[in-house]
Amino acid sequence: MAKVLLEMKNITKTFPGVKALDNVNFEVIEGEIHTLVGENGAGKSTLMNILSGIYPYGSYEGEVIYDGKVCRFTNIKDSEEKGIVIIHQELALVPYMTIGENMFLGNERGRTFAIDWDETYDKADNYLRIVGLEESSRTLVKDIGVGKQQLVEIAKALAKNAKLLILDEPTASLNEKDSKALLDLILQFKKEGLTSILISHKLNEISYIADKITIIRDGATIETLDKSVDEITEDRIIRGMVGRSISDRFPKRESKNIGEMALEVENWNVYHPIYEDHKIIDDVSLYARKGEVVGIAGLMGAGRTELAMSLFGKSYGTDISGRIKINGREVNLPNVRAAIKEGLAYVTEDRKDNGLILGDTIKHNITLANLSGVSNKGIIDADKEYNVAVDQREKLNIKCPTVEQNVGNLSGGNQQKALLAKWMFANPEILILDEPTRGIDVGAKYEIYCIINQLVAEGRTVILISSELLEVIGMCDRIYIMDSGKIVGEVEGDKATQENIMSHILKTSNKGA
Amino acid sequence: MNRAKVMSFIKANTMIIALVVITAFFVWQTGGKIILPQNVSNLISQNAYVFVLATGMLLCILTGGNIDLSVGSVVCIVGAAGATLMENRDVHWVIAVIFMLILGIAIGAWQGFWIAYVRVPPFICTLAGMLIFRGLSNIILDGLTVSLTNTTFIRLFGGGADCYISDLFSVEGFNLTAMVAGIITSVIYIIIQIQGRVKKIRKGYEIEPIQNMLIRSVIISAVIIAFSFQLSRYRGIPTALVIVVIVVLVYGYITSKTVLGRHFYAVGGNEKAARLSGINTNRIYFIAYTNMGFLSALAGMLTIARFTSAQPSYGQNYEMDAIASCFIGGASAYGGTGKVSGVIIGALLMGVINIGMSIKGVDSNWQKVVKGLVLLGAVIFDVVSKKKNN
Repeated sequence: MAKVLLEMKNITKTFPGVKALDNVNFEVIEGEIHTLVGENGAGKSTLMNILSGIYPYGSYEGEVIYDGKVCRFTNIKDSEEKGIVIIHQELALVPYMTIGENMFLGNERGRTFAIDWDETYDKADNYLRIVGLEESSRTLVKDIGVGKQQLVEIAKALAKNAKLLILDEPTASLNEKDSKALLDLILQFKKEGLTSILISHKLNEISYIADKITIIRDGATIETLDKSVDEITEDRIIRGMVGRSISDRFPKRESKNIGEMALEVENWNVYHPIYEDHKIIDDVSLYARKGEVVGIAGLMGAGRTELAMSLFGKSYGTDISGRIKINGREVNLPNVRAAIKEGLAYVTEDRKDNGLILGDTIKHNITLANLSGVSNKGIIDADKEYNVAVDQREKLNIKCPTVEQNVGNLSGGNQQKALLAKWMFANPEILILDEPTRGIDVGAKYEIYCIINQLVAEGRTVILISSELLEVIGMCDRIYIMDSGKIVGEVEGDKATQENIMSHILKTSNKGA
Repeated sequence: MNRAKVMSFIKANTMIIALVVITAFFVWQTGGKIILPQNVSNLISQNAYVFVLATGMLLCILTGGNIDLSVGSVVCIVGAAGATLMENRDVHWVIAVIFMLILGIAIGAWQGFWIAYVRVPPFICTLAGMLIFRGLSNIILDGLTVSLTNTTFIRLFGGGADCYISDLFSVEGFNLTAMVAGIITSVIYIIIQIQGRVKKIRKGYEIEPIQNMLIRSVIISAVIIAFSFQLSRYRGIPTALVIVVIVVLVYGYITSKTVLGRHFYAVGGNEKAARLSGINTNRIYFIAYTNMGFLSALAGMLTIARFTSAQPSYGQNYEMDAIASCFIGGASAYGGTGKVSGVIIGALLMGVINIGMSIKGVDSNWQKVVKGLVLLGAVIFDVVSKKKNN
């Protein structure tokens, strides 16, 4: 019987208002490659953050047993001392430092007041050879490609004497060749006795590399599949990931009244704002009619937000090409102001960073996108502004003592409603809602669904971007499925199931990797 | 009043309380000399440039804690150019004034362009401006002093012995005009208060308790009247005060009542959100720095008029006075909050400390130490109280 290296027992973690993990049990045998799969927000990253000490002992319930001992990590340093090293999805390298400096950042060679650079670069070179990189460790990180940066991350982990390596979607930003090289490297390490936990969405990768697969859904472990025992198929995994039914969590629309064409996008292409040869949106065409709720489903990083923002007055990306028609008329939207003028609104997924001015009042936030609606020749009519704010508060049921309160003091759900209020006051014909229910409680979600229904009942168009499949299926008349910057599928709302949406995504990911 | 109410009152009015306490301290320490008519009058005349510059600086700081280090040098170059035109080239003072304003705006636009559209960090760009315009001032003046002789210009911009509004009445030893102006101002203030309240009642809005309004009106009217009484006992209203009041009223209005003003707060509060709300954020930066150039030009005129000359060393450390007034007056070092009224309190506080210590004969090096500590204390207060909110 193989030795159990890691055991996580009855882990429960609650964030304010949300139970992220509910009594999760997870076991890893020494020397295996164990993959974790699940939808966005299922709790995979939360579980790994507990393991690596990012969420310290005491902030969760349950036990972490590593190498036979109960562990109480209070920060990353504690877990790294034990040989547990996590590599995050977002690369954590400093671009303007050399590979060697990065590799021993926070773990410097030599003495505190006298770093031994010769030893640093010598050791770094050694580790680079192990991961198969030819570069000198004196190369700046910014000068090597993303694939190689990922390998540097692994070399950095090895430099910390990793015994258990956690990789959070390591191939998400890599091309096919680099992905293969990375996976082979992990397989090779396995032969040398390294244990790995891999979080991935790509089924072909999983079947290529995994010894065991644990499926997490809604903060609970559903099952663990063993390659040597169970037959592992895509359908099996997908069913595990999404297997639940749509209850009446979504308000019914009284009558559907889908009318003329409101928005048409043709051959939309967008490049990355910094890496200008990196195509983010690849030849996307879509349309939406008046009175229609159109969903855009897909995993994080599929390019949905980038698509929406590039449409909204080119607020994302460079070298944008393609055509936009609104009400059948071709329009040019060079900036946000023009987009608002043409009746477009984009309600951001990131209300704290991109949506609201948290230090300002509810009143000022609500009128910000349409100050001309409360002013005359550039002078604000304070009474009118106050009335507008109070009016919107009533309409959207924003729970606050007064509209003079700072929006930062509201709960997440009420902040989201304030953000919606802001854009509704701009009186748009077409609203793009990006993850409008992220991080808010069930009650507030229901209220937002009702608002969406009311908007389309008034003949407006809503484009709903969401990572929650249930939400997309429950709310939308038609659903586009996006992956890697492309539209990879389109389904009618009443024919959509979680299984067929998920398989659209996963099957194209297969082709890609 | 319960404890929480007292605390929130103190928090909302910290700087006013500090101003009162510090003034009282100096009244005690100087044996009342600081509130003698001449000193009250000097408080305004000496610090007029601070009020003007700090108002402009507020707009820069609102956009995100950005400061303009070049204002002292811009003050100097504008004054140097104006004085040279008037004295050495015999240009009419009106044309010289127009030229100075255009020069200030042009310099502001130059810096604003780099900051707003090329995104050169404001600190660096204005540091460069500080060097460039100081150097150019020296070149224009050839390192020499140009004395001003045009009495109209000097008088208009608050310099010389006769820089007061003429008395319309003739009461011996008492400038009735100043007193009347003070009384009219307090009456207007009270009327505005009452009007606002009536309007709110009529529209059914929430109103504050009547005693709050009464207490505030009485205190503010009393301060205005006491102030104008002291001015009356000296030589009346300094012309510089008129300029300061106009600047403060105009910019107070812009920041609190206009769409443009709202845009400043939005950009400083959350630039990304502002951009996604259709605000041209680059334009806001450009306006902030161009306007700073304009107000620096105005301050330059006040400066050469007050000293009746232009020198290559004028305006040194003026940027520090302006920046300090903003932060002491409650502008956030991160941008997005701050009011013109707060900046005025901040500038007054600095002025009172200056004059108080000068009367006491405190060594000027120690004066710097004290002012530095006051600035640090004010910003620590801002940062700590923000943290507690989060």
